Amino acid sequence: MMADTIAWVLIVVIAAYACGGGTDYGAGFWDLLAGGADRGKRPRWLIDRAMAPVWEVNNVWLIFVLILMWTGFPTMFQAVFTALWLPLLLAAVGTVLRGAGFALRKPSRRIARRRIFGAVFAIASLLTPYFLGSVLGGVASGRVAVGTPASAHVWSNPTSILAGLLAIAATAFLGAVFLSTDARRFGAEDLVDYFRLRAVLAFGAVVVLAVIALPVTHHDARYVWHGLTRGLGLLFVVLAAFFGVATVLLLMVRAHRWTRYTSVATVALAVVAWGFAQRPYLLPTTLTVAQGAGAPHALRWLGLVALIAVVLVGPALALVYRLDTKGRLQELTDTDTHAAGLPGDNL
Amino acid sequence: MLSTAVHLANSTPSQLLPSREMMAFTLASHILLVPFGVALPFITLVMHYRALRRNDPVALKLARRWSAVMAVQFAIGVVTGTVLSFEFGLLWPGMMGRWGDVFGLGFGVEAWAFFLEAVMIAVYLYGWRRLKPWTHFWLAVPLPLAAVMGAFGIIAANAWMNTPRGFTLDAQGVPVDVDVRKAVFTPMFGPEYWHFVVAMFMTAGYVVAGVYAVGWLRGRRDRYHKLGFTVPFTIAAILTPVQFFLGDNAARAVFHKQPVKFAAMEIVWKTDTHVPEYVFGRLNADGTIAGGIKIPQLDSILAGFRPDTKVTGLTSVPAADRPTPTEATIVHFAFDIMATIGSVLILLALWYAWIWWRHRDLPLNRLFFRVAAIAGAACLVTVECGWVTTEVGRQPWIVYNNMRVSEAVTHTQAAGIWATLGVVIAVYVAVFGSFLAVVLKMRTRWRIADEAAAGTLAPVDPEVDTPYGPRGAPDPAAVGAATGSRSESGPSGGAR
Ligand code: HDD
Ligand code: HEM
Ligand code: HEM
Repeated sequence: MMADTIAWVLIVVIAAYACGGGTDYGAGFWDLLAGGADRGKRPRWLIDRAMAPVWEVNNVWLIFVLILMWTGFPTMFQAVFTALWLPLLLAAVGTVLRGAGFALRKPSRRIARRRIFGAVFAIASLLTPYFLGSVLGGVASGRVAVGTPASAHVWSNPTSILAGLLAIAATAFLGAVFLSTDARRFGAEDLVDYFRLRAVLAFGAVVVLAVIALPVTHHDARYVWHGLTRGLGLLFVVLAAFFGVATVLLLMVRAHRWTRYTSVATVALAVVAWGFAQRPYLLPTTLTVAQGAGAPHALRWLGLVALIAVVLVGPALALVYRLDTKGRLQELTDTDTHAAGLPGDNL
Repeated sequence: MLSTAVHLANSTPSQLLPSREMMAFTLASHILLVPFGVALPFITLVMHYRALRRNDPVALKLARRWSAVMAVQFAIGVVTGTVLSFEFGLLWPGMMGRWGDVFGLGFGVEAWAFFLEAVMIAVYLYGWRRLKPWTHFWLAVPLPLAAVMGAFGIIAANAWMNTPRGFTLDAQGVPVDVDVRKAVFTPMFGPEYWHFVVAMFMTAGYVVAGVYAVGWLRGRRDRYHKLGFTVPFTIAAILTPVQFFLGDNAARAVFHKQPVKFAAMEIVWKTDTHVPEYVFGRLNADGTIAGGIKIPQLDSILAGFRPDTKVTGLTSVPAADRPTPTEATIVHFAFDIMATIGSVLILLALWYAWIWWRHRDLPLNRLFFRVAAIAGAACLVTVECGWVTTEVGRQPWIVYNNMRVSEAVTHTQAAGIWATLGVVIAVYVAVFGSFLAVVLKMRTRWRIADEAAAGTLAPVDPEVDTPYGPRGAPDPAAVGAATGSRSESGPSGGAR
């Protein structure tokens, strides 16, 4: 049925955002923890370089998520945005600060300015995934129904908090894995180990949070908990765990070639597992996919648009990631644009 | 249905005002960047083409500098745009919940167009150094198309709000029988879309040219400034008369399809023939008009080419279904400012054409450059006025004749939204302020480097200890190839 297809498209796009956007948020996380101006200089240099060409692209997945929600499942969109008003607002403000901080940091040539923009970017990189995660948690715990008014308990419950923390840990994991391969690519050998260690630590955090979540969410998010512990949901959880462990092992033996893919698989499969666990509900346990679906004609067209997007955007994405990994994408330097230094520059 | 509507209109929820203010503020901010997102890639590509074709280093320098600005501007456009998508849910859940599936598809098109745009812009902005020159150029050629496609989606959505169709309402007032094609190509779509796209190209052209016009006025009359002025200005000047025609076309489409909005634009109180045109002027609550210049018959003539054309007045619908007199006055002013600036710009374009035709060169006239320098800012004002006309003129409807703004608004408490608006304004002022500061800094760096290169730099200020001069490695290619790392600092330099 078309509604189910669109629901799966939505899950896939959320997974893509979790991986693409997640890597970016993770990079911001490590930017935050990189230490003072001197100690953090090299990690930040790498983060800047690695993120710059692709972060806007990664950001567009989020737009896709929102559009799929309101066109495909308008009632669900309305319910989610009504009940989870505050965390969504904070996530929106977070994306502005993050993007602006990152974009403005690069052309700044003064340490003091860079510090401010950098701090804004890094802190927002922590808060945004937390709030988006807590929104997912709120939905998964079944606290959102059509007509639920905005209230704190929808997003400040155990499931939401754990989901928010898991989102941070997962993005940190992705970010570190990618940065460690980027470091190799850019010939910064010391940073390879720096981020390798952090990737393993972040995975450890994911595992700890998952172990805590297991008993806590049993009662708090009953429906999804059951979905995740049996059937296809369980299968995908196991697969995600498998790839996660594989990533760590590959990192241990320094087989960097595959770690990106396995880490992406970890996160994407976890999102898909959640999709299976929540079936057939959009909002467990009050609104099913069929009940929440928009007009059939609109859904068919939405499917078509999604298909066109795959056909057009797929190759373009492949091109940009390929050029990027081959080191073909480099920022214009001051020499290229013939820029002079100014009094007061201190970088 | 009608009685509930009247009831709803009378009970204006208190969160309506802050929600509208917030939507207006964030949209008005975003729209300032949109012309550059839509049209700057095109203008840059024209310059880039010239650089490659004629092997022109000055053109190449301009194209590179513009794309350095684009890198920052695009990022701010993306984040302010993302906020808007959130706001649809945060402020107008009622509209999205009821109508999302009817008109949302436009946004779907927009999303994949943005996707392509983001990808291609990444390749373009970061491809300068390591891609082959012509490969780099050709990879960016689809960029303007993607930008125009993105505008398609958004304008389709907005035009639908103005002239909604492509659905029927069932007994509960829920839209059924959705026909997406009809909902995307609504009657307002064509006029609105072309008028909008041309506005974006004009605005970007005049703004960019304005930067160099200022340089020219300050005595920097080298080839660099000439080229930087001529290319964008010519593009914008060619489009100006086209825009006048398209604007007239849009106005007539509004006259036919949204008669009450037209009445607000022209402050027409009673439906009548031989309606006079008021240039500016305020509408009072009793339907009289204060101030303004009255031109007899003209409004009827403009609307239908004949003085006996019947123009619908505001009073043709109940007071609850039309803009208030204050709103009508705002719309009227916005519309008149837009039309005035549009007309003045035509004179500017004609002046330019005339001088070019006579002298085959840029005019030496300072007045011309003064006007050209402010044309960009005037265009930005015009864009804001255009949107005020569209959006305020539709009041009190969010979906014309189908849903009131008050029915769409969130249930969040007014105080919360006011507080949020405060935060958002603070954040936006900081972001836009920093953005401007960064771009102006870039300009200063470039100017100083150019002056140093030309040997015209004034003696170095004694307080200044940093030596002037181009920064970065002398041979980027060598460093880049050796380590693949950022040349200016190598792997050990960098952030913060
Ligand atoms: C450079 C910018 C610019 C210029 C010179 C003009 N406009 Fe404009 N106008 C816009 C930029 C714009 C805009 C910002 O792009 C709008 C807002 C909504 C839209 O689609 O385009 C718009 C909207 C808009 C509308 C409202 C459409 C609606 O409500 O759906 C009308 C009636 C006009 N314009 C008419 C004119 C006329 C008669 C002009 C005479 C010279 C004119 N415009 C010049
Ligand atoms: C797809 C495009 C757009 C959509 C869907 C849209 C939607 C909305 C909505 C939902 C509102 C609030 C309800 C209302 O007051 O009518 C609004 C108000 C407003 N919008 Fe738009 N808008 C769009 C484009 C724009 C743009 C680009 C601008 C401008 C710069 C703009 C200017 C305004 C203004 C000034 C208001 C306030 C009107 C008032 O409070 O009376 N709109 N718009
Ligand atoms: C009111 C509704 C609007 C929404 C929801 C919206 C949404 C967005 C979003 C999400 C982005 C970022 C896309 C990306 O990630 O690349 C964006 C940027 C952009 N928006 Fe808006 N926008 C609105 C109003 C407008 C209007 C009226 C236009 C005019 C066509 C416009 C044109 C653009 C363009 C061309 C970009 C590309 C980036 C840039 O220009 O810097 N937007 N918008």
